[in-house]
Amino acid sequence: MNANLRKMQYAVRGVVVARAEEHKETLCAGAELPFKEIIHCNIGNPQEVGNPPITYIRQLSSLTNYPELADYEHAADIFPADVIEKARLITSLVNTGAYSHSQGHHLFREWIAKFIEERDGYPSDPKNIFMTDGASPGIQTVIKALIREKSDAIMIPRPQYPIYSASVQQFGGTQVNYDLDEDNEWALSIEDMENSLARAMEEGTNVRGLCIINPGNPTGQVCNEQNLRDVIDFCKRHNLVLLADEVYQENVMAEGKTWYSAKKILCDMGDEYNDVQLYSFHSTSKGFLGECGKRGGYMEITNVPEDLRAQFYKAASVSLCPNLMGQVTVAGMVNPPQKGDESYAVYSDEKNRALKSLKRRAQTMWSALTGLPGVSCNPPQGAMYLFPKITIPQMAVEKAAEQNMAPDLYYSLKLLDATGIVVVPGSGFGQKDGTFHFRTTFLPSEDKINAVAYRLGDFHC
Amino acid sequence: GGMGGGGTTAQLSLATANRAAVECEYAVRGEIVQRAGELSAALQAGGPEAEALPFAKVVQCNIGNPQSLGQQPVTFFRQVLALCDWPGLADALGEGQRAFPADALARARELQRGIAGGTGAYSHSQGVAVCREAVARAVARRDGHACDPADLFLTDGASQGVHLCMRVMLRGQQDAVLTPIPQYPLYSACLRLYGGSLAPYYLDEGNGWALSVQELQRALEAARAQGQEVRALAVINPGNPTGQVLSEENQREVVKFCQREGLALLADEVYQDNVYAEGKRFCSFKKVVRDLQADDVPTFSFHSISKGFYGECGRRGGYMEMVNVSPEIKQLFYKLSSINLCSNLNGQICTALMMEPPREGDESFPLYAQERDAILASLKRRAKTLTAALRSMEGVTCNEPEGALYVFPQITLPEKACEAARAAGKAPDAFYCMRLLEATGVVVVPGSGFGQKEGTWHFRTTFLPSESDIGDVCPRLTHFHA
Repeated sequence: MNANLRKMQYAVRGVVVARAEEHKETLCAGAELPFKEIIHCNIGNPQEVGNPPITYIRQLSSLTNYPELADYEHAADIFPADVIEKARLITSLVNTGAYSHSQGHHLFREWIAKFIEERDGYPSDPKNIFMTDGASPGIQTVIKALIREKSDAIMIPRPQYPIYSASVQQFGGTQVNYDLDEDNEWALSIEDMENSLARAMEEGTNVRGLCIINPGNPTGQVCNEQNLRDVIDFCKRHNLVLLADEVYQENVMAEGKTWYSAKKILCDMGDEYNDVQLYSFHSTSKGFLGECGKRGGYMEITNVPEDLRAQFYKAASVSLCPNLMGQVTVAGMVNPPQKGDESYAVYSDEKNRALKSLKRRAQTMWSALTGLPGVSCNPPQGAMYLFPKITIPQMAVEKAAEQNMAPDLYYSLKLLDATGIVVVPGSGFGQKDGTFHFRTTFLPSEDKINAVAYRLGDFHC
Repeated sequence: GGMGGGGTTAQLSLATANRAAVECEYAVRGEIVQRAGELSAALQAGGPEAEALPFAKVVQCNIGNPQSLGQQPVTFFRQVLALCDWPGLADALGEGQRAFPADALARARELQRGIAGGTGAYSHSQGVAVCREAVARAVARRDGHACDPADLFLTDGASQGVHLCMRVMLRGQQDAVLTPIPQYPLYSACLRLYGGSLAPYYLDEGNGWALSVQELQRALEAARAQGQEVRALAVINPGNPTGQVLSEENQREVVKFCQREGLALLADEVYQDNVYAEGKRFCSFKKVVRDLQADDVPTFSFHSISKGFYGECGRRGGYMEMVNVSPEIKQLFYKLSSINLCSNLNGQICTALMMEPPREGDESFPLYAQERDAILASLKRRAKTLTAALRSMEGVTCNEPEGALYVFPQITLPEKACEAARAAGKAPDAFYCMRLLEATGVVVVPGSGFGQKEGTWHFRTTFLPSESDIGDVCPRLTHFHA
């Protein structure tokens, strides 16, 4: 088998999760464990743990799947008028049973372009938008294009969401880490980036791109404007393309923080910077939609030469097209109900509830974690996760070494066995040598979050 | 090479992108199709440019995309999907509703019970258990051999499964996969993309596109003589673009060949519900492998919701079944699948519905059967009409499509035309197809996009356009050719 694949890892669905599945079977079989249920805090999968979908999105999907429903005699009693109208518009122009344009249907790309323009204040061209099955395939396509041989590298934040490391590994390239500053609320440090880059160059590595995740995963930090400017400038000076993973752009919870897209800042910086290639990624999986299972997302490419753009089109065409219902979900995300629409009140209410609840649960988890001995945790600024630093007693470190296991994996397994809580060890995301972390979501329902907080406290004592 | 810092050229350009990604080709959506898009747009815009064109309509015969050409979806599938997508719908409809038959409601409820988090949650990376179980039951019924849901991966279309196999198998350029010529160019594209080699074996045009084991042997030895390690044999049955349906005897020979030579078998069976020829029947390679107890042949079977009579291309659904594969390799496939989390839930549900459709006695069965039979009968008719028309053209020979959705006629091109093409830097059949498009508005794919015997020329056309459009296409083709 392909050797690169053997080494590649994706901890979000790795060892701890496999053990959790075994425990579930044990509980199903009626056996007793120190807990009555498994609580999944390992993955950003909101609807699996009880976060309700947005009704507007589901109504739109339903009508688009089965257009005859709009003609049902009681349709107007069941669906808001604007949703019926929007669905009719979609189904008159888009056939969800057919392969669409490989970049996604033009109608939806127009809506995405409009959404981006309204968000950033700069024009967006549907030609530069590639809809994808979730954000991941877009990220993989770009990384694949950048890596020609082992010495080609991508700069990846540490800690990172492991699609970056897995992709680089899979395509046979080199990963160059830049550290986020834990003591400074996980801020990006240009100084650290410069040092990492310089070291890599000395070793003969050809660094071709830089990834930022903003808001961060697992760390949740929201970059400020100056940070983004510095990153873009860094890319220009060193001739790097910029990959901006922005899937959590609707999950910003810190007071006084504004999220800016990399595209906006790049455009703000003017013509001098129009040779910086930017790839921006968004998804329907996060935010307040949480539509992971639809596999909806898109990539916008900026300052990319036409022949390269055509190459990305060709790459997309080999898989024919992104799935249509994912495209419809993206369309619903970027073209939501407006004031005056019949569906607006419910939509607006659901959105606000979801975001407020996420913020509350983030606070609850954070308070619980920071109250534990030997645990420190940066406050949640955005995304759906907390990434606390833990101290692991020497004895445990030794036990872990005996089992050939990272100490935080050992910790995570012990935590699971004692409490039923599933987290992902920090080693799955990368961390500074000698430190240990785990990533937990704050997605379980509010009463479950309280249970998690309680059990964590119990486990630590 | 080094970076040299600074500089005005962007770091990533076509010249500095991954070679394999740049060089892989997929003709089904290549140059001709893009030109067709321009012509369509011109026609839609109207005006003098549109009027100057010698046709009023662009007819897309280049891609197996049934619903884009008017084929209607299976009602039951769309009803269940609509109900699954908005769990509140059943309640909102209330008692006495007439929007959905009872069995659609029941099926949706059953699926919702089995899908924790509904269609909005990432599922198990191999696909939701309840959908895999449906597929497993159906496969077992179809083949008469057990199918384990743990051996199934629900994928975004069958293509994703093929990509996974290639990614796992290919270690470098010395690894080769025996690939039919002509082939659906996903195989050549994947081999290029993942750095492997294509070892071609030729289907016998003079013999109804037959697959001969002698030819497999020849191809295998030719590859090995070049220092290649042949890892697997890819078979498309029914064939694409060629449409032939293998006999079970033939399939047994193929499996034994794999067994003898230590090859894995990739069985692309997405057209298993498109069989028209009298006396021909689809038989799965899994069944043959199990019948022969060929437990040492790792076998990967692919199916899809895109073809058949359901034609749900847009939903991107399908599955891969792997048997006789080590737990270590299965674990690797799982790990790879987990990076993209899971395939889309709508596609997973549609796959389960395709494999377990309404049965005799179900309220939806009459409509389902009617839709199915009408579409298949119509496909059969259109295949006949198109084949007859092509055969009537001078210098065109054409095998009867036994299955799938395509006809792959051989055309003779005058030497002058070949020279003109070469002067333009194009393959002669690509040149022909582009001229065909400009003259008639009919979009087909040149044979060079699929591979063909040296010195022969073909094009692939679907028979998916509506019966009236097919009626219109045939005279246009004949007229152009004359």
